[in-house]
Amino acid sequence: MSSQPNSFRNQPDERGHFGQFGGRYVAETLMPLVLDLEREYRAAKEDPRFQAEFDDLLEHYVGRPSPLYYAERLTDALRLDAPEGMGAEVWFKRDELNHTGAHKINNCIGQILLAIRMGKTRIIAETGAGQHGVATATVCARFGLPCVIFMGATDVARQQPNVFRMKLLGAEVIPVTSGAATLKDAMNEALRDWVANVHDTFYIIGTAAGPHPYPELVRDFQSVIGREAREQMLRRTGRLPDLLVAAIGGGSNAIGLFHPFLDDAEVKMLGVEAAGYGLDQKHAASLAGGAPGILHGNKTYLLQDDDGQITEGHSISAGLDYPGIGPEHAWLKEVGRVEYTAVTDFEALDAFQLLCRTEGIIPALEPAHAIAAIVYRAREMPRDKVILANLCGRGDKDIFTVAERLGVRM
Amino acid sequence: MTRLSDAFAKGRPALVCFITAGDGDTGANLDALVAGGADVIELGMPFTDPMADGSAIQAADIRALAAGTTTADVLAIATAFRTRHPAVPLVLMGYANPMVRRGPDWFADALDVAGVDGVISVDLAPEEDADLGPALRGKGIALIRLATPTTDDARLPAVLAGAGGFLYYVSVAGITGKQQAAMASIEENVMRLKQQTDLPVAVGFGVRTPDQAATIARVADGVVVGSAFVELVAEHGAAAPAHLQALASGLSAAVHGARGARA
Repeated sequence: MSSQPNSFRNQPDERGHFGQFGGRYVAETLMPLVLDLEREYRAAKEDPRFQAEFDDLLEHYVGRPSPLYYAERLTDALRLDAPEGMGAEVWFKRDELNHTGAHKINNCIGQILLAIRMGKTRIIAETGAGQHGVATATVCARFGLPCVIFMGATDVARQQPNVFRMKLLGAEVIPVTSGAATLKDAMNEALRDWVANVHDTFYIIGTAAGPHPYPELVRDFQSVIGREAREQMLRRTGRLPDLLVAAIGGGSNAIGLFHPFLDDAEVKMLGVEAAGYGLDQKHAASLAGGAPGILHGNKTYLLQDDDGQITEGHSISAGLDYPGIGPEHAWLKEVGRVEYTAVTDFEALDAFQLLCRTEGIIPALEPAHAIAAIVYRAREMPRDKVILANLCGRGDKDIFTVAERLGVRM
Repeated sequence: MTRLSDAFAKGRPALVCFITAGDGDTGANLDALVAGGADVIELGMPFTDPMADGSAIQAADIRALAAGTTTADVLAIATAFRTRHPAVPLVLMGYANPMVRRGPDWFADALDVAGVDGVISVDLAPEEDADLGPALRGKGIALIRLATPTTDDARLPAVLAGAGGFLYYVSVAGITGKQQAAMASIEENVMRLKQQTDLPVAVGFGVRTPDQAATIARVADGVVVGSAFVELVAEHGAAAPAHLQALASGLSAAVHGARGARA
């Protein structure tokens, strides 16, 4: 009766395609390296020592497993004006408690172990808000490898604390002035560096995008989030959640939470993109407002014009401000397994403050988008239902942005 | 025979010249390159995110897009060029996204109508050929592939499958406009490529001067020069044609006479 696959967890195919999305769209210079990386990743996956080292670092260096937390006061607050009998329980996977304050470190640990395995001696990365840059600089310091971070000059100016953190950790931060001087331009510049230094350099991509096998390996490294959450939820409540919610820029925290649950048919999933000033204005919601295209090594939904030129996104959250999205999300949207929505800067700011006051947790602006979507969804679900959201980062980095938007001088 | 194969069958190496469409008076600039002795024209399709290009061509793309250059404009430039120069092969070079935006068949039809002979799609790896290759080949338009110092003998057959026009050897692992590779490495790699293909092999990336071009032309079937022309367009604006023609003349004399000079 349906064209649904037997499993939603067996993507991508051997050529790195998630349905029509994904693939390997890179300059020829990089192709041999990308093929090498795939071979090496397959070998590492089969190597118990690799897995053991990854698990050990996640436990003792990152601080995993992260807690699963029932947000009772937030749940109660959302029930106040919910219809009779409505107001689902809200639970959080606390990945903001990781070392460096976000989920990004999970992936960086995995990729630097791969880099070392491949004999690479120099690490590069791109960063937008600076969280992935900090996480990359952190693992480079931990393993003693030189680290170069490409960051749009606009982002360097508005994320000074993270720039300083990266420098403290020993990284070189290169401001990128081409284009709009934000995340996509930083990624272009990282690719230019990589193509010129393929012999010794490993590119640690920060999200579940880029040429195959990056979307797959980033997903696998981040899937520790969903595996832990699934086990913790079963242990604590004896059941699976009814709805998973996660914010999406490139989509690494969301795919990390969703993937282990994809074949649990009763678990619904909601990915939340950044609607910026609104979907009819400037935003960063590639699925809601974009079209399929090719950029940065993969085919996926992109913000672009009729000629295929990439357009600039906008989000209050620098971590969501990217004109593309990981290819697996594009596929999950197309097959209908995951629902995607978008919330505005304004809604995210409200949700940011709501969580601060009800739970004593200052979230990053990225998960504030997920919380904003929960504000609507919890009221539409009966009280005995369970929503599980990924609290993928803490908000220390964002307090200056939030203060500015609230009209507060610091 | 095609315009492209003719260009490489003149009994001497060919000069391939690149400029970006929509950056300056492209029609006049292309005429100057032909007048200077260009055997093949590569017309750059500007893209917002030219991640394999160095600063000169990035800036040219941004200037062209800021001037409002659209895909329709690029096709109009190609059409007008074909009318003025019926015999000079014209290749569009750019990135995959603008090429596939309206579908591969739309693009192939439009190029066929415009009289374009070949396409170089920098980020369309041979593994993703289905996105563009069949549509182009169906219209008799060559999909020109790139080989690099990292393309080893095991991989080369995959690069050559479905390739047409000429094989573009990227002499340095890097971006356009930067340093030139050591001559010994170029010679060794060109010989290696020619053992596996009958396609002409043209060498590019970092070639700027007649001396460099002449050295490469002793071993290669063609020499590609891009950033040096694009920089002249940036520097001289409306006065660029005279400068482009002067550089093309020097390069074409060096390239065309390279084998004779050795003999």
